[in-house]
Formats: sequence, C-alpha cells, structure tokens
Amino acid sequence: MTMAPEETETEVPEGHVKLIVDGEEVIAPKGELLIRTAERLGTVIPRFCDHPLLDPAGACRQCLVEVEMGGRPMPKPQASCTMTVADGMVVKTQRTSPVADKAQQGVMELLLINHPLDCPVCDKGGECPLQNQAMAHGRASSRFVDTKRTFPKPLPISSQVLLDRERCVLCQRCTRFSAQIAGDPFIELLERGVHQQVGTAETAAVFSGTPAPEPSDMASKTSSGAPFQSYFSGNTIQICPVGALTSAAYRFRSRPFDLVSSPSVCEHCSSGCAERTDFRRGKVMRRLAGDDPDVNEEWICDKGRFAFRYAAASDRIRKPLVRDAKTGELVETSWTEALRVAADALSKARDARGAAVLTGGRLTVEDAYAYSKFARIALRTNDIDFRARAHSAEELDFLAGVVGTTPDHVSFAAIERAPTVLCVAIEPEDEAPIVFLRLRKAALKHSTKVVHVGQWTTSSVRKTNGELLACEPGGEAAALDGIAQHAKDLDAGLAEAGAVILLGERAAEVVGLFSAVQRLAERTGAKVAWIPRRAGERGALEAGAAPTLLPGGAAVSDADARAALESAWRLDAGVLPSSPGRDTTGILWAAATGDLDALVVGGIDPDDLPDPALARKALAAAGFVLSMEMRPSAVTEHADVVLPIATVDEKSGRFLNWEGRPRPFTVTLEGTNALPDCRVLDTLAVEMDADLFTQTPQASFADFERAVSAGRSVVRETNGSGTAEHSRPHAGESNGNGKLKLATWRQLIDEGSLQAGEPHLAGTARTAVVRLSAATARDHGIEPGEHATVSTERGELTLPAEIADLPDGVVWVPARSPVSIRTALGVGHGGAVSLSGGTA
Amino acid sequence: MSTADPVTPVLTKRWLSPNSWRLSVYEQLEGYTAVKKALSKPPEQIVALVKDAGLRGRGGAGFPAGVKWSFMPQNEEKRHYLVINADEGEPGTCKDIPLMMADPHSLIEGCVIAAYAMRSHHCFIYVRGEVLHCIRRLHAAVREAYDAGYLGKDILGSGFDLDITVHAGAGAYICGEETALLDSLEGRRGQPRLKPPFPAAAGLYAAPTTVNNVETIATVPFIVNGGSDWFREMGTEKSPGPKIFSISGHVERPGQYEAPLGTTLRELLELAGGMKDGVPLKFWTPGGSSTPMFTAEHLDVPLDFEGAAEAGSMLGTTAVMVFNETVSVPWAVMKWTQFYEHESCGKCTPCREGTYWLAQVLERMVEGKGTEEDIDTLLDVCDNILGRSFCALGDGAVSPITSGIQYFRDEFLALCETNKSKQSESALVGAQA
Amino acid sequence: MTEVQDSVFDADIHAKAKEIISRYPQSRSALLPMLHLVQSVQGHVSQEGIAFCGKHLDLTDAEVSAVATFYTMYKRKPCGEHLLSVCTNTLCAAMGGDAIYRKLQEHLGAEGKPLGHEATAGTPGEPGSITLEHAECLAACDLAPVLQVNYEFYDNQTEQSAVELVDALQRGEKPAPTRGAPLTDLKSAELQLAGFFPEDAERFAADVDGPSAATETLRGAALAQERGWVAPPMREENA
Repeated sequence: MTMAPEETETEVPEGHVKLIVDGEEVIAPKGELLIRTAERLGTVIPRFCDHPLLDPAGACRQCLVEVEMGGRPMPKPQASCTMTVADGMVVKTQRTSPVADKAQQGVMELLLINHPLDCPVCDKGGECPLQNQAMAHGRASSRFVDTKRTFPKPLPISSQVLLDRERCVLCQRCTRFSAQIAGDPFIELLERGVHQQVGTAETAAVFSGTPAPEPSDMASKTSSGAPFQSYFSGNTIQICPVGALTSAAYRFRSRPFDLVSSPSVCEHCSSGCAERTDFRRGKVMRRLAGDDPDVNEEWICDKGRFAFRYAAASDRIRKPLVRDAKTGELVETSWTEALRVAADALSKARDARGAAVLTGGRLTVEDAYAYSKFARIALRTNDIDFRARAHSAEELDFLAGVVGTTPDHVSFAAIERAPTVLCVAIEPEDEAPIVFLRLRKAALKHSTKVVHVGQWTTSSVRKTNGELLACEPGGEAAALDGIAQHAKDLDAGLAEAGAVILLGERAAEVVGLFSAVQRLAERTGAKVAWIPRRAGERGALEAGAAPTLLPGGAAVSDADARAALESAWRLDAGVLPSSPGRDTTGILWAAATGDLDALVVGGIDPDDLPDPALARKALAAAGFVLSMEMRPSAVTEHADVVLPIATVDEKSGRFLNWEGRPRPFTVTLEGTNALPDCRVLDTLAVEMDADLFTQTPQASFADFERAVSAGRSVVRETNGSGTAEHSRPHAGESNGNGKLKLATWRQLIDEGSLQAGEPHLAGTARTAVVRLSAATARDHGIEPGEHATVSTERGELTLPAEIADLPDGVVWVPARSPVSIRTALGVGHGGAVSLSGGTA
Repeated sequence: MSTADPVTPVLTKRWLSPNSWRLSVYEQLEGYTAVKKALSKPPEQIVALVKDAGLRGRGGAGFPAGVKWSFMPQNEEKRHYLVINADEGEPGTCKDIPLMMADPHSLIEGCVIAAYAMRSHHCFIYVRGEVLHCIRRLHAAVREAYDAGYLGKDILGSGFDLDITVHAGAGAYICGEETALLDSLEGRRGQPRLKPPFPAAAGLYAAPTTVNNVETIATVPFIVNGGSDWFREMGTEKSPGPKIFSISGHVERPGQYEAPLGTTLRELLELAGGMKDGVPLKFWTPGGSSTPMFTAEHLDVPLDFEGAAEAGSMLGTTAVMVFNETVSVPWAVMKWTQFYEHESCGKCTPCREGTYWLAQVLERMVEGKGTEEDIDTLLDVCDNILGRSFCALGDGAVSPITSGIQYFRDEFLALCETNKSKQSESALVGAQA
Repeated sequence: MTEVQDSVFDADIHAKAKEIISRYPQSRSALLPMLHLVQSVQGHVSQEGIAFCGKHLDLTDAEVSAVATFYTMYKRKPCGEHLLSVCTNTLCAAMGGDAIYRKLQEHLGAEGKPLGHEATAGTPGEPGSITLEHAECLAACDLAPVLQVNYEFYDNQTEQSAVELVDALQRGEKPAPTRGAPLTDLKSAELQLAGFFPEDAERFAADVDGPSAATETLRGAALAQERGWVAPPMREENA
C-alpha cells in the first residue's frame, strides 16, 4: 500500500483558518473580514460604508462577492465587509466572478442615479472614493433617464461642517463615527427610504416643508437647546467617501491636485497626533488626520484639524524688533543689530543679578534643548522652567521620575488594554482628546472600567461609561488615600495587571497629590502616566528645561552628572551652575522684585500663569526682556527685543508625546526664512561667546542625544532636589474670604493663542458656564439658566449657571471663559471663592 | 395528505361567539386549558411537541417554529425575551388583526406557553399602530389575564412568571422584518440588523430573543391540547395544520377562510363564491404582494410552502388577492412598487435607490411614455436588487415586477410609446391613471 | 432631577412619560409610545415634542428626530381634529380606493385645488377640521376599500359613503366606525396608542366592545358552521 502524501498541507497556525480567494489559498486570522483578506492579497473590493475602525454596517452593498461554504455556493452574493473568514471558504471577488462584478456594477449604478454630476465644483473631486470607484467598477454610462432627487444645499450642521445631502450615499460613516467613536450623536439618519438623509434635528424640518430655519439655526442642538458641540466633528468630513460633508473653512478653497501634502505632527496637545498638512503656494490649506495605529489611529480632534491659521495671521512677526529708547516703540531692525542688542543686555544681566528663561509649553525637543543649554551655558543659570501654568516643587520631584519613560511604560495601546483606568486631575476630552477616544474605545470594546476622580459627571465620565469618584477640588489626594478603604472594587481593579493611573496638569494645584498617586501606585502596582496638556511639555522636561533637572533628567545638584555633561558639552570642568534654579513663579517673583535683571521668554501667555498680575509686573520690572514669538502678545508688549521664530509648518523637529514617544516631523513650508528657536538661540549664544551647536534642529537633536547619553553614563542620585525656595506668596493664590471651593480646567477650544483666526472652530467651543449643585444654587438664590457671579477679593466673573452633580459648596468655571480665571479671580483649582446670584 | 374538511375552523372557531374577545367567553370555550397542561410539563417537552407538530411560521417565511425555539439558550444567564410580531402590513395580509380583535386571549395563552417553553419572563406584542381597536382589545385582554392570574407572578401556582407589554408601532412596513422590529422596539429607527448575531443569541437588548408571528403563537395552545398527530391531520406532510387564508379582491364573498395548508385557489374560490360578477380571473397573489403573482394557470397549485415555491412563487402569508380582467397589470405593479419605495427603510443602496428608480420607470410607462428598453431596464434593475439588498424587502419589491413581466409582458409592451398607435382602447383599471 | 416644567407639556404629561418609561427594561424603548404621547398633546410632533422626549430619555434632539421622521404615523405639521386615511394600496385602489381618495381630495379641497396628502381641510385642531392622507395597506383587504378615521376602521366604502362620512365629521358629528370604538378625535386616539386608555371602567368596556365582527371576518367560520365542516376532533387523552 503506497499512500505517500503528495504535498504537505500548509500549516494553519492556531487561531487562523485557510480559505481560497480568487483561486489563491490564503491563511487568515479568525474573525478577519473578507474585504481585508482580499486587500492583503492585493485585491481592492470597492466599498463605501466599510471603515476599518467602525463597526461593520453592510449598508452600501458595494463590496458584494461570491462565497462558497462547504462546497455549496451561497445563493446570494455576500457583503465582504460583514462576512468573516471561515475554514474551507471559497471567495470569488470581482476579479474572478462575473456575478460579483455585475452585482458591484449594479450597486454602483444605483448609487449614481441620485448623485449630482457636480464633480467639477465639488471639494472632493479628485480625491473622491465614489469618483474613483465609479471609474473602476461602474458602467460606462447610466441608464437612468428619470428625475434625480434634489435637496437644497448646503446645510450647516455645525459652524465648521457643511452638509450637501444630494451628494450623500448614505454610507452612515459620519453618523456611526459620531455615535460610536466620539460618543456625540449630533447628526443622525433622518427620514426613510429614498428620502433618508443625514441631518440634525433642525435640518429635519427643512425637508418636511415647514418653514426652513435660518442656516445658523440648523446646527445640532442638545435637548436643552444648547448648540451641540463635538470636539471631533471634523473627522466626519475626512471619512465621508463623497463630497457630502465639507469643511466651512476649506470649502471651495482649492483642488486636491493643486495641493502638496506633507506628513506632520499636531502641535496642540501632548498626544502628538500624526497629521497630514496640505498646502498650496506657501499657505497651509487644511490639516487631516494621519494614520498612526499606535497613537491617534485615524482620528484627530477639531483643534488639531482646524487650528492652524495663526501661522498665516497678518500680524505675524517676520523681522526682529528692538524697542526704540526714545519713542518706546518696537521697530523693525536687522538680525545682526537685534542679536547684538540682546546679547549685550543678556550678558550684562548675567554678570549682574542674572537672567532667567521661561520657555512656554509649545516647543519641540530640539528647541527646548536649545533653551536649556542656552540657560546653562550662555546665561550660566538653572533659572529655567517650561511650566507656563500652575506648578509646584512636588511636581518637579515627580517629573524627575517621568523623564526617560517610553511607551513601554504606559502607551495608548496600554490604555486600551487596561482592565481599569483611574483618571486623576484630568478631564480627558478637554485636555487630551485622543486619550479620551482611546478611553472610550477601551470602555466600549474591552469593558475597561474607567474611574474619574473629579467634581462632577462630565462628558468624559459619561462617554467612557465611567464612574465618578467625587471629591472637593483640592481633596483629590485624600480621595486617593481613601480608595483602599472606601472603594475596594477600584482598589482591586488597580491591582490587576495592566491597570493605569492617568495624571493631568491640574495635579500640580493639589497639595500632596503626587505623593498620594505614588503611594497608590506602589501599593496596587498600577502604572502612572503623566499627561500634560501641551505638546511641548514632555519634550521640554526631557531636554532639561527645568530648574532642577539637566537634559536627560539628572539633578542639577548631581556633580557626576554635571561633570559628564560638561565633558559632553566640551566645557571646562565645574562651569555648570550647581544650585537648583528658580521655578516659573520664583523667576517671576525675582524679576518683579529686582532679583533678576533679564528674562528670555518663549511662547507664553501671562494669563495662563498662576499669577498673571505677578507675570505682568515681572515683565514690566525686568531690566531686559527678550521675547521669542510668532505674533504680538502680552510678552512682546513688554519686550525690549523680539526675535521672530518659525511655526511648526516652517521648521522640522519633534515633539515627545505623553507616552514618551518621539513624534518627528519635517519642514512643510520650505523657503519661508523663518528660523526655529534653536537656530536663533544658537546665533544669540555665539554673540555671547557660547557655542550651543543647535544651528539646525538636526544638530540640536544630535547634541541633545549626546547630552542625554552622557547623563546616563553616571549613576543618578536619587532625586530629592526640590526647587530653590524663595520667599514669595504660594503660587500667587489669594484665599480671599470665599466660602466655596473652585474647580476649574481649560476646555479644549477657548481663547488659546494657537486657535486664533479660525472662527468656524471657535463656533464649536463649549459655552462658558458656572456649574454648581442644585443645593448650592438654592442656597445662593441662583436659578438655573440665570447668571451667577463668582468672586474673590481680586475680582469677579459672571456666567450663566448650570446645575450639575457637584459636591455642595463647590463651583466649576472653565479656566478661560474667555477671560482667564487667574486674571479675573486670582485663584485656580481648589481656590476659595464667593458666589452670588445674577449680575452683581 | 389531508382528508380534512374544506374549512377547518380551529383558530377562527371562537370568532362566531358573541363577545369572543372577553375572558369569560374564552374560558367557556376551553380557553386557558392548554396553559394549565403546558405549565405542568418541562419546557423542553413543549418545544419538542411544537417541533413534532411541524408548525411552521405563519408570518411568511415558514421557518419551523419548534426549531426556532430550540435556538434559545437553555440557561438563563441573560433575560430571555419573546416578541410577537403583530406588525401585519404585507399588502393583502389581513389575518392577524382580525384574530387579535376577535380572540386576543388565544394569543395571550400562546404567549404564556411559548414564553414558558423558552424560559422567557417578558413578552412584547408589537402591534402596528394603525389598528387602534386591535390594540385596545389586546390591552383589555392583557388586563383581564393579569387579574385572573394567567399573567404576572406565579401563573396558576406554577411558579412561572410572565409579563406582557403591548407596544404600538408607528407606521413602518419594514418593522415586520424581525430585526427591524427589535430595533424599533428598542426605540430606534426600524432598520434591519446585521445577522449574525441572530436574535436567539443577541436580540432585544442584546439578549436571547425569539420573534414569532401572531397566528403561529395563537396556534400553539391548540397543538398543546390536540397533540402533534391531531395537528398533522390537517395540511400536508411538510406544511401541516390549518391556516387562515385571507381572500380579498374580485370574489363574491371575500373574507377569512381557515383551511388546511395545501388547499388550492380553485377550492378557495369555491368557498368564496367564485369570481365577482363572473368576470374572469386575471392574476392573484398566493401570500401578499411580495410573493410573485400567479395567473389562472395556477388555480390548482397546492397552497402550502412547497407547492407555492415549486410553482415559482412563495406561500407568504396566504393573503390571496384576486384580480379580475379589468385590472391593468402594469398599473398594479406600479402601485405595489410605489408601496415598496415608500416603505424601503433606506439602509441599503439596492432597495433604497432601486425602488425609487423602478417606481419612476413604471409611472412613466403607465403614463404611456415607456419604451421597450424600459422593460429590459426594469428586469435588469430587479436583478441588481434581488439578493443584493440587506433584507428581504428588496427581494419582495421586485416580485411583482418580474412576475408581472413574466406573465403579462404584452401588457407592458402595449404601454410603450412605440406601440401607442397599435394600442386598442383600454378599459383596464388604472390603465389611464 | 430638577424638572423644568414647560408650557406645552404639563405635569400630567410628564408623569405619563415616566409611566411609559417604567413599562420597559430599557428606557429608550419608551420612545415610540412617547412620541404618540407628544402627538396626543399637540396633534403632531413638534420641536418641543422632540426636546421633551430627548430630555426624558437622555437622547439628543438628533437622535429623537431620527426616529420621529422614520415612522409615517408621526406627523410633522399640526393635524386636524380628525385624521382620515384612505388605503390606496393596490387591492383597495383597484376596488375603488383610488377613486375615493381622489373624490375626497376634491371634496375637501378649496378654491378648485384638491387637498394634498397630509394637508388639512379647516384650521388644524379646530372642530371639524380633517387631515387627509393616502395610506398603505391597512390589513383589512377583505373589507376593501377601507378607510380610517383616527385609526378606526370604516369598511367597504364607496365614494358616496366617504363623502357622507366627511360631511358628518365636518358638521361635528362622530359617525360610528364599522369596526372600532365610538369615534373621538386624533389626539384621543394618540393617547391610547401611547398606552393610556379611559380610566373609567365602563367607558373602557364600551370602547373595547365596539364592533369588530364583520361578515367578512366570520365568513369562513360561518360557512363551516352552515355546512357542518369541522376541524378533526381532538382525541380524548389530549383534549
């Protein structure tokens, strides 16, 4: 008996199946959709409703294929976007099946019968999946000779998204994105059958024949009548496979084939989203989400998408400015002259009572490193701080432990996989929108338990199916300490492998919170991730733009580390300053009181600082202020020299996102002559007889890496350094005579300087309100919807009152409303305030 | 094969009694005797009985009810739901509404038995909204049943609990599709869901759910009382039991005739007194507008699931609409197509866009502005809809067109512009609509 | 939860909304009956009605609108005291339904213009005002052609009977339906569709007992009785 096997069967790995697609044997992971399997083999099946990140819908029927199971052909063609692979399946796509090919052509013809032929004026023309797939899989001409369905167009469904219902193929990507990914069902399918259309509650009326509302009234509203604001609505424009959803800002501005596309990285928050920047003739026309499965998947927030026009603002500073001694005005001058004036003044200050550096939160690693090195070498000081916000010495101690962590510690993927996530002093949707999307995905897809330590059930809590661990503002540390006793489920959840604690910038305003977090993490084993609000903070920390830390995170007080750095920087031994520097408030206090002669200031808005009044006083009092800016600001008002610097589009570099993941990007707009901060500082240092070796971002980064590895070669001292304490009021907080506690943070879309010049984006900002409990409102005679006034001895703020589930005796106000709460009230999160009804 | 009488009143028998909808009358006529029997047996035994009886779904598809029930999980890890599809809307279909009006307790008793068999403690009766009197009767009957202990906690001391909620729809034919019905019952747009998961795995509120037609469930108490052999004395081997045939249109005595499955139109016409005024039969549907039409050729087709299918149609809901020679086929087809266009849910492209296109072509043809190519286009568009849509609505929508052209192509040709000159004076209903 | 009482929906309607929600394991299931409830107040689903449902069910206006615009029975414009629905699906149409509808369009039209689909003769909400619509199959084909007033059946209609019915309605009369409860008005019907029936037991019993046994409905059973036809007898051990 001879029964030698003719061929060895292809091994099918565990969790996989073997099937045949277009005659080709293929191994596919269980659960894979046929449309993806075919795609891996190089066969693109046409599709509209299918989107890899959305749940399957099977609605458009464009992706029909023939399927055979167990040797029996299925009677009908199957939607390859909803059917998963199975062992022994035989699939025939349009390549090998006349039935599939006809089915696809038939569906395409049906999709086109009601589609207008306005491709020549449509934004999507040239990059339109319908156009492209109709060419590839459609009939040469239509047999439809009857009347097309028409709609008035376009309708504004928000201030930044316009809807053209005639072009819509009803794939539901936009409505599914809104409901599933963002959790903001601001648009929905309306009507039925051939009248079905995407719309808002307000556009529904347009079709029904009742008097059409004003266009401005068509934007989606919540049932309380307030405009419905989604931070993610721009994604619907991008995933629309036709020109039905267009951007109010981009509409009719350019043709896809006129645009040059450049991969880029978002400069707004610490997520570091991959983006694509499209520009034409030196001007950025739009930004789109890039595809980065590790970070932002294919989504970005509306701020990242729409807030880029500041760079093209008419008031951009293009030439150096020096303040004329006689007129007191800033006048344009040459780089040589400006640099000379600045170098002289800074050298003089350095040799007198000193000069300090405030970098701001938007720098690349390369630029932050240049500031860091400039401070140490050119100004010979550790007086440098990147934190243009409330900060504490405790925070700095904590951050020393953050330096050097990578995505191996906590990443977006780790959040998605985590059994439990505890959010502390962070409102993810406002402060880290892409982290919010991952939290929501984790909660929906993987049943991750999300617990928020906060003051009220915010939209982040609701949309992550989260639980609120409510506490008074300032009481967060005590709340964490109480978990072991009062929230045993949570405690057990945090002890599970993969549990994560997310910590936001507000933590710096709560005394004892960092140590409470560390205690909790040590006890449960949960990993802690620090998620600063701004794009440049993590990189600046790594670059040593901090008063106690050298590049790479060693303490400035560590002699070995200093020596290693001196050697890497080719400096004489012992020249680096060894005493810890002042932090932001310390620097401002010193400048205001005459302890410092000069300030070098990057992109800073005094209103963001813990004590805006102190900041203004310091800027006014300092003998010399060098401002490195893009546009006139409160700092340039006081500056003696203003040096113009490049925007992200005009330079290369990298952000380090909160995960510690490098997010490099190249120059988008070549030939603008705008200089990155590192280059300007390098030249300025030369004028001061110091060499930074940061002429280009590339050089700066190479030097940064050398500095970091030098630091690594020494055994690091345990970091217990602490900032130099100077006599000053604590964070400028006036405790006033208030009896209520203030909770506050910044909403995603507000008056931030990088959001300037984009009214469509501003239109979706959340309304500023005072939130308070029903009892607190009652006790103060405040009716919901009426105005309430929050005050301190410093000043007051009056906003509409809204009832929420805050603890009694607590009020919440956004940190910009639009005025800075610090400026108006002189207090921050946890501060004491008074409350009264109506306009006081 | 059935040796039963031509009319076999089982479900319809009580209807003759005055105030048949009242509990007291129902109880006098063996009402709620089956439930007592059923509750004393293990649930699996009820499922087996219904399987043995060969009861097939009366909502149109004819899926064996016992098999459907057996898909429900044996455990009760999640709540189980029984949902009654009382969204009767298929054109021509008019059996469930009179049943619920005349004998609501038979449905309720069936619900208790079926829910017990499937370990469900909450049953929803989803009734189309336009039949207020029927909804009213159901509400009253449910109230009576609660008061008498046939519903609620510990029914008849058995330890079994069941709540029934009567839910009014709001006007959407598609909600007769079981997954669309579930979405509608969840307060959503009634659009069909992706399957799998099937309702038995994840139905209402993502919990195990069975959706059954009214007539199917109302039959169950009789099977419990009569046994599966008794049930099989009526109808055919594969399509056993009695069935309510709803005869409408151009017959002398339209109405509800409960006869064994397998009865032919010839037999039904005899019951209904023949064609109205003797005007000859032209076309008819065996089970609603979604079942391809038949002609006089099909008078002897046995109206059971197999017979109708073999003859090129479907049994559907046994809604026998009879049209005589005065009716224009293209006009009737146009009217039905307009119905499908109106009722298409909009979810999938073929049905949404296809019905829109087909209706326009047919409207144009009926106006006498058609062309011969239009007929080919109609058939090809039908081909692009049939089996390509998300649910069966699209398939149903093309049935009248393809069958109408199959049997009456000449009538379509006669409407085309090129043939206008040859066209004789037409007196067909709707031909000049 | 603090309730903002609005002028359109009073406390009783808010209480009814809560009662509807209590019927279901998940609150969203209450949306369809709640939209009927809204119509029982206003005679149509208005933006206020949409917001009312949204507030009670924690849905956005867009989500409620999506549902309200899907179903034919939710009317978008104020309706008359009565809603008159004429079945014009194929069978009823062939039996005279189309002619009845056309006749009523003309009869209820004004200034030589026939009344349109879902248009109202008279002032919406006023006594005697009638909203006319053509309807899809109403599941009464054996009684064709049929029409409904406020979802009560008027069977076997003719152009003449339909005109007489309409005239009576306009005079403020409430002719009894062929099958159904004594006629009220659309808003009352909508309240019942929301699941709220007369509190008064006698009144409810009278409604429930309203006629239903049409000759057509009973034809098969009556014929069998007449001819002595029966279903096979159930055997003793089972009976």
